[in-house]
Amino acid sequence: MIKYAFNRLLTTIPVLWIAITVCFFILRMAPGGPFDGDRPLPEAIKANLAAHYNLDKPLIEQYFIYVGNVLQGNLGPSFTTPDFTVSEQLAVGLPYTLILGGAAFFVSLVIGVAIGVYGALKRNSYPDHILAAIVLMGLVVPGFLVAPILQLIFGLKLNWLPVGGWGDGSISYLVLPVTVLCLPHIARISRLTRGSMIEALNSNAIRTAYSKGLSDTAIVWRHALRPAMMPVLSYLGPAAGFLLTGSLVVESIFGIPGIGRYFINAALNRDYGMVLGTVVFYMVLIMVLNLLVDIFYAWLDPRVRTR
Amino acid sequence: MQKLFSRLILPISFLILSFGQAQANTLNIHNGSDPASLDPHKVSGNWEDRIVSDVFEGLVAEDNTGGTIPGQAESWTVSDDGLVYTFKLRDGIVWSDGKPVTAGDFVFGFQRLMNPETAAGYAYIQYLVKNAKAINKGEIKDLNELGVKALDDKTLEITLESPTPYFVGTLAHFTTFPIPKHVVDAKGSEWIKIDNIVTNGPYTPTEWVPGSHVLTSKNDKYYGADKVSIDNVKFFALDDTTAALKRYRAGEFDIMTDFPTDQYEWMQKNLPGQAQVVPSASLYYYSVNTQKAPFDNADVRKALSMGINREVIGPQVLGTGEIAAYSWVPPGLANYTSAQITWKDLPYGEKVAEAKKLLAKAGFTKDKPLKLQLRYNTNDNHKRIAVAIASMWKPIGVQVELYNTETKVHYAEIGQGILDVARAGWGADYNDADVFLKLLRSGTPYNYGRYSNKEYDALVNKANVTSDVAERAKLLQQAEQIALDESASFPIYYTATKNVVSPKIKGFENNPFDIHPSRWLTKED
Repeated sequence: MIKYAFNRLLTTIPVLWIAITVCFFILRMAPGGPFDGDRPLPEAIKANLAAHYNLDKPLIEQYFIYVGNVLQGNLGPSFTTPDFTVSEQLAVGLPYTLILGGAAFFVSLVIGVAIGVYGALKRNSYPDHILAAIVLMGLVVPGFLVAPILQLIFGLKLNWLPVGGWGDGSISYLVLPVTVLCLPHIARISRLTRGSMIEALNSNAIRTAYSKGLSDTAIVWRHALRPAMMPVLSYLGPAAGFLLTGSLVVESIFGIPGIGRYFINAALNRDYGMVLGTVVFYMVLIMVLNLLVDIFYAWLDPRVRTR
Repeated sequence: MQKLFSRLILPISFLILSFGQAQANTLNIHNGSDPASLDPHKVSGNWEDRIVSDVFEGLVAEDNTGGTIPGQAESWTVSDDGLVYTFKLRDGIVWSDGKPVTAGDFVFGFQRLMNPETAAGYAYIQYLVKNAKAINKGEIKDLNELGVKALDDKTLEITLESPTPYFVGTLAHFTTFPIPKHVVDAKGSEWIKIDNIVTNGPYTPTEWVPGSHVLTSKNDKYYGADKVSIDNVKFFALDDTTAALKRYRAGEFDIMTDFPTDQYEWMQKNLPGQAQVVPSASLYYYSVNTQKAPFDNADVRKALSMGINREVIGPQVLGTGEIAAYSWVPPGLANYTSAQITWKDLPYGEKVAEAKKLLAKAGFTKDKPLKLQLRYNTNDNHKRIAVAIASMWKPIGVQVELYNTETKVHYAEIGQGILDVARAGWGADYNDADVFLKLLRSGTPYNYGRYSNKEYDALVNKANVTSDVAERAKLLQQAEQIALDESASFPIYYTATKNVVSPKIKGFENNPFDIHPSRWLTKED
């Protein structure tokens, strides 16, 4: 198991290197630089800034400086926020993103699985259809539409919840953003669960279990749910990645200081260091998440383990 | 693990702890973007200016209408030749850590600003000071050659390159703020971190959560502290103005420094008197490439300028009622009355007829239209205006191709002179007409259209060494008239300041510079 994990980790290194290299050169091909703006700077000042950030060196030399720094765990300076290095910025934003994404992940999983199991047990009943319809709405209506509607209803009209911000970090500030983040994932997870649960309930193993005279609860929770979770589990890796990276819209609408917004802002600002930093960070994150899912998979399914 | 703790747990617990103190009389400002820095030498935007000018104070300060008042200096004298300024610092001025503010801190600030290693983006504002430009360009290595000297702890002497009547006004700009030498010596580049920073203004920063807010708290050691009413100011970073308006309505913000224009009508009805739109000392204009045929022909430029129906842009296209611009320098700047476009008062129909004639003279007719590319940076308002102007130009025989790019690309390209006609804007960094007139001087980097007229240059240069205020204004007006007569660039409207101010806030005076230092504001519960 450890050897398997180690090998998996090793293969990520060339992938990371290729991503950094491609990203580094593509960024430089984009027109406009970090110091262009509506207040054009005199040449002397541009030269000072370029020298300060090593941008006056040949591109290939800059590339080796950058890769060298990354190898030492240093993601370099951010051009647009000179008081913070890229690593510091990511460290400041990470807790918010992790709390938001983690809560959304947990809520989607619990509610999604619950709805899916319920739908599979009562399949084709009215509640099943109604739930499926509601859940589907969550999938098709985009977050940037749901978010302002929820803000209007719960923040302004009913005055139950804060409209945005992080405030003191209490749960009331989390409810709306987590809801918006969850909706599409609840839909996907519940549909996956329902489908694979129905399949599991129809399997020979379950028929045997029934004929053995096992209770319904034991059959559903011990024998059907476990195999039914396999497809859901393989969705969770990408979903976790998506929740952590895809919170951009939610973070900007609710004014949450997470790292989702760095990505777009940095690209627009030609903040080369910041773009590369977020790319490296997200790649590592997604690779680790996928690895965790694989390990968990092996733990859940003995067939994977013995192979 | 220790690191993990300090990086993950600390920020969260800080957040929880700070909530208690934020309950005291706190002004919540929706401040737009995230500040890049709190270092006066590393910021440039007005959202950064609001914070930095609240926490630092220069030799002079600003009152609640943006006017210049004595700051850290209580008085100053100017030599007869207008070159040497001697400032007498106020008694009892200290940094927020209790150490005295000395003339040496100002010298250190100016030297750091000009030192090429600092790479200060805005250093050029102070190129007025003797040897500043040469030092910033690296031509003079010895920072002590700079024309800023401490005669003693309380006396500062600044020598200029040439007499500059508006010099004192520029000293309210954040580039000239003193820097606490004792902290920089001890902490190096870390001096600006929230745990280390000390300031000399009415407030001092106490918390910064990037992407969320900067919290500043009243500096009790500030000489005017007894007149400062608000205890804490929280500057929220939130680019999405629609989301910000919702939070304002929920009472989470007291002031918004911008608002979504499509909500203006709604706000006038539902939040009467709170959305305040006032002409500001800044200009929205179209730059035209004066070095490229056929735009090198002043008649063609005049035709294009005449074809713009400025009166409908503010009230109808934008919906916020910005005032049409017929001058290059916006109204409201000190000691100056703008020159005006001579054909300003013609009815629009006659302007169109005249424009057609001028284009025909240059060889463009309906069958052979003038084709041009109109560039703007991606933004809803810029797009609306570009579409409107393209349709105004169509009847006079101009075929427009709209071309939009993101802001960085837009300015990078037009900065290299790649344009037919392109959108741009400019605001007053300091209260003087020169801010705008320098934009059309030959060879300045922000002269996107590469307008070049020797007479214009000579007049502006002469004005800037003329110390008689009235005489100087006359020279600048003559220069402005030349630029307008030659349609060097097309002024379109004077940008408006767009604030939303809660009725709880008192002392908020609208002014063309959109300057509202927190020290003059009060908040009722």
